[in-house]
Amino acid sequence: MALTQQDMDNEIARHREAYEKSVAEGAPRADHPPRDYPPYRSSLLRHPHQPLVVVATARDPEAVELGSPAFGDTDVTELDNDLTRRHRGEPIGERITVTGRVLDRHGRPVRGQLIELWQANAAGRYAHQRDQHPAPLDPNFTGAGRTLTDDDGGYRFTTIKPGAYPWRNHTNAWRPAHLHFSVFGTAFTQRLVTQMYFPNDPLFPYDPILQSVTDDAARQRLVATYDHSLSTPEWSLGYRWDIVLDGPAATWIEDGR
Amino acid sequence: MSTPRPTPSHTVGPFYGYALPFPGGGETAPPGDPDTITVHGHVLDGEGTAVPDALIEIWGPGPDGELPRKGGSMRRDPVTGGFLGRNGVDFTGFGRVPTDADGHWAVRTLRPGARGEHAPYLSVCVFARGLTHHLFTRLHLPEPADALAADPLLASLPPARAATLVARAEPHRTFRFDIRLQGADETVFLEFT
Repeated sequence: MALTQQDMDNEIARHREAYEKSVAEGAPRADHPPRDYPPYRSSLLRHPHQPLVVVATARDPEAVELGSPAFGDTDVTELDNDLTRRHRGEPIGERITVTGRVLDRHGRPVRGQLIELWQANAAGRYAHQRDQHPAPLDPNFTGAGRTLTDDDGGYRFTTIKPGAYPWRNHTNAWRPAHLHFSVFGTAFTQRLVTQMYFPNDPLFPYDPILQSVTDDAARQRLVATYDHSLSTPEWSLGYRWDIVLDGPAATWIEDGR
Repeated sequence: MSTPRPTPSHTVGPFYGYALPFPGGGETAPPGDPDTITVHGHVLDGEGTAVPDALIEIWGPGPDGELPRKGGSMRRDPVTGGFLGRNGVDFTGFGRVPTDADGHWAVRTLRPGARGEHAPYLSVCVFARGLTHHLFTRLHLPEPADALAADPLLASLPPARAATLVARAEPHRTFRFDIRLQGADETVFLEFT
């Protein structure tokens, strides 16, 4: 039996109501999606049944996970944060800049760490053989970029706005336009892979991946802000999106900056 | 000052393959290093089916137990913008490989040294389509046995659960570590506070 969007909307609503009820009864608010989120069908067989085992890093300063891989100037080129200049010609689409800061959960900048970005093209197609959605590939756009955060935790990408695209979670399932981000912190515990959305997308309520973040305020943190002061005349539209890494880090050493 | 709330995690999705894997991602050990080991295994779902679109990251110390602080895992060619591969000398401690169509992954790295009270281990981070939030686990080498027995995390777990965190020795300094996302023999996954 084909699963309709209405079925999906009902499932999403049930999970949100259950979450709101648990918060009303005193459960803490959840910053992250549950790994067990049945509306996202691919999660059914891929989430652990056992609870995660807690490692208290405050009592475990030698934990490997309190360190993080380092990345440096050899790992990125100067053009890597501009996804529009990777081929001979210009990609098709609406040119955008996305900028923001990477912070830890105490609000401190995460400096000199790697951010990777990947995305579909303006027509909503990934440069991936398994994406057979009937939308055109763009010979001038691959859709992968990298950068290192600066001393203020800042980053900046130039790219084109990706399109929405269909997927097979249920009948007539469409993903809202999004950018995939991969971020490293100063500790491996802070590792984050996530997706950034664009403001006011009408597909938000229908998407079980975005709705897997059942907390309204947390979900809003995945949506960038349009910032007109970041738009460049005759060139590009600007969006701002700050990223806050969860997870404990090693004791922070004040370095005077 | 108010502290900011964390950015929620999302799945890596099925289409990361042209962006996150990099040439030499599984060749973490400098070529010819006598401390080189191979760690490998399958990623399996709750029905025991191979997961062909997972991404595995390995992070660990060198044989001296020290955590590397060197970059260069994904060294780039400024002429072409492509990848040069690692420089052949430095050990960055970081490997990243996608699973293949059989759900198999393999990384050649240096044998990790012990840190603190821990038995030697590599940190393993698993990403996949269907996984809304990555999963951390630990790959322990099967020896020395006394170090395993004294490890605080392993000692805190029932033996059958602890066993999911210990790789099995195979010939030629190779260690097998399967990752079962769900069900019987489910791998122990960790949360850091």
